[in-house]
Amino acid sequence: MIVAENLTKKFDEFLAVDGVHLNVAAGQVLILLGPNGAGKTTTVRMLTSVLHPTDGTARVAGFDVIKEPERVRASVGVLTENHGLYRRMNALEYLDFFGSLYGMPAVERRKRAAMLLEQFGLAESSRRRLGEYSKGMRQKLALVRAMVHNPPVLLLDEPTSAMDPESSRMVRDAILSLRSDDRTIVVCTHNLGEAEVLADQIAIIRRGKIISYGGLAEIKRRFLGDPQFEVRFAAPLASRPVLSDKIVITGIGPDWIHYRTAQPARHNPDVLRSLMEQGLQVVSLQEIGQSLETAYLEAVNQVPEEGKHD
Amino acid sequence: MIEGIHPVWIIARREVRDQFRDWRIIFPIVGLTVLFPFLMNFTAQQILDFARDYGADIVGERMVPFLMMIVGFFPLSASLVIALDTFVGEKERGSIEPLLNTPLKDWQLYTGKLLAAIVPSLTGSFLGMAVYLGGLAIQRVPLPELELTLLIIVLTIVQAVVMVSGAVVVSSQATSVRAANLLSSFIIIPVALLIQGESILMFWGTYATLWWAVFGMLVLAVLLVRVGLAHFRREELLGREIDVLNFRWGWRTFRRQFTGGAANLHDWYFKAVPAAVGGMRKAVLIITIFAAVSIGIGWAQFQRFPLEIPAADMGSRLSQVINLLPTLSAKPMLLIWLQNLRVQVIGLILGVFSYGILGIVPILAGLGISGYLVALLANNGLPVWTAIMAFLLPHSIFEIPGLILATAAVFQFGIMIATSDAEKTIGEVAISALADWAKIMLGLVAPLLLIGAAIEAWVTPQIAVMLLP
Repeated sequence: MIVAENLTKKFDEFLAVDGVHLNVAAGQVLILLGPNGAGKTTTVRMLTSVLHPTDGTARVAGFDVIKEPERVRASVGVLTENHGLYRRMNALEYLDFFGSLYGMPAVERRKRAAMLLEQFGLAESSRRRLGEYSKGMRQKLALVRAMVHNPPVLLLDEPTSAMDPESSRMVRDAILSLRSDDRTIVVCTHNLGEAEVLADQIAIIRRGKIISYGGLAEIKRRFLGDPQFEVRFAAPLASRPVLSDKIVITGIGPDWIHYRTAQPARHNPDVLRSLMEQGLQVVSLQEIGQSLETAYLEAVNQVPEEGKHD
Repeated sequence: MIEGIHPVWIIARREVRDQFRDWRIIFPIVGLTVLFPFLMNFTAQQILDFARDYGADIVGERMVPFLMMIVGFFPLSASLVIALDTFVGEKERGSIEPLLNTPLKDWQLYTGKLLAAIVPSLTGSFLGMAVYLGGLAIQRVPLPELELTLLIIVLTIVQAVVMVSGAVVVSSQATSVRAANLLSSFIIIPVALLIQGESILMFWGTYATLWWAVFGMLVLAVLLVRVGLAHFRREELLGREIDVLNFRWGWRTFRRQFTGGAANLHDWYFKAVPAAVGGMRKAVLIITIFAAVSIGIGWAQFQRFPLEIPAADMGSRLSQVINLLPTLSAKPMLLIWLQNLRVQVIGLILGVFSYGILGIVPILAGLGISGYLVALLANNGLPVWTAIMAFLLPHSIFEIPGLILATAAVFQFGIMIATSDAEKTIGEVAISALADWAKIMLGLVAPLLLIGAAIEAWVTPQIAVMLLP
């Protein structure tokens, strides 16, 4: 659904996006992570044919971003960083305006607007001037605008940035519900918890380059090493347990040990068996959660920060 | 086609509706539409009565259409404010990007915005004029003639289109509303001067000239819309944030175009300069045609403005010229050269502010006068070819090609500004066109004019003395 090859954008002498490759299939959610100014917004703008790539190509929903910009934009719903609504319009007028720009028939526009406003808890405020909306309500309406024409590709820049926890949850659930076999979603976010919930793929961008790209587990493994496990015992350990050469014990406490393994499915049963053979009573064995935040910070701190790219 | 226009209508309708919800726009439009015409009615009645008391009825009669023009013009001031805000205002409010992400084509978005800025103020103008004329009818003041009324209406429309299309160009290129407002003086001042000129013509009663003004503004309006569309860039609207003149960038752009990538002077002269001339072949052809036509027009003007030179005077006047231009004296030659260069610079300045159009005025005037001069000599007993050989040909062989090249470079400036270039901003296009002009001036025009000036000062008068009886 989204294929980008060597996507590059230069503003005069400044290289904002440097040879980005993406391949996001239908039904997948790609999270773009990166520090402020890393090139996320510029990448999204190229994927919507608003910015013209200096080099490289991209196809979105089957259309070429350079040769078929109108068809690309018709297939994409975009939540922009600045949602900038028209303050003197109400929500129904606003959605009707954008729906008509996407060529939707009047009946469908009204039906879809009513449905989305209801889903996002804005139905009661649908006739209020948008200038009277709170920041969170505006953000939700901007998201509704991005979805009004039911596009096969959604590009969402900070979809929950101004929202309270309840609204954030609602939007996250909405994004998850929008994930379907024939829709691709790209989300730019700084909220790593949100990224963990939503991501099928993660791309970490810094200084215009993708420095890491893959599934959540893959990213974590790349930057934090193999998964880590904790074994808790019924009684304090008398001596250091002996495990196979392939298992690296990373920590040891009075009644617990931590270890890493590249192949947990194969090695964890062996570990359990070995510990029990040594007469140790195992209470629990569980994976120690390695946060995406730690992996992300590890990734972006590998090279010192130099410049901003958005 | 209708499908293509539909989005234009959607954009325009939303904008117009939005404007009519803003009291800051409504109030002045209503004020200028309803209240101001009544004031003008009162003024017209007072002036008519006053003028009649002193037997100056004509002053009153001319005042009635003049006030109608003013009533129609005032609501247009609101259109300037609306148009200046069109793109850059939305950019500042952050609402432009969602619009740019829709499948609208550039021309649809641009035209929609343009219409939205023109329609409300023009509606205000028409209402104002209607109220004014209605008031005159009630007061039994004679209404302007039908043709004059039509002229004022058309004049108002083209003024609105010129102002709005100019302001929309500014709005789509400016980086902030503040910058757009500052740049708006480039619209307000010329339009104010234009209104003054129109007022003079209206009092003078030379209505035919006003139709020419309508035609001129129509051309300007078309050019402005064309320029706006040619340089409208979604990317530029989102990209530029900083209101700072970047002299270093400007100089780099100028130098790159001026040198044309030449490594040394030889390359520049034999590759970069010919390449620049090659790039403006069509402009050269057009200017050559204009030059030929202007000579013909100059020739024809002799019939309207005949002059007689007594045969005895011819010789004594030539002797005076020879005394003024002693052979090999540098001063007269340099004066002629500098004068010709100065005219080219004036042509450039005129051209820059008129998309190259007024840049052709100096060559038209110069060659028109030459045509008249030849006709004058021919009608005073000198054979045409002798007149040409004696007074023009020796130096014109060098000067006229130089003038044509310089004028073509100015004309090319206008063509480049009005032509879409996906790779360059309007600023880059303008700087590149100026660099081309400078390249042609320095490489070809200045040397040609220098040779021409030397011949004109030192050789032509001698030939004239030899050939004249």
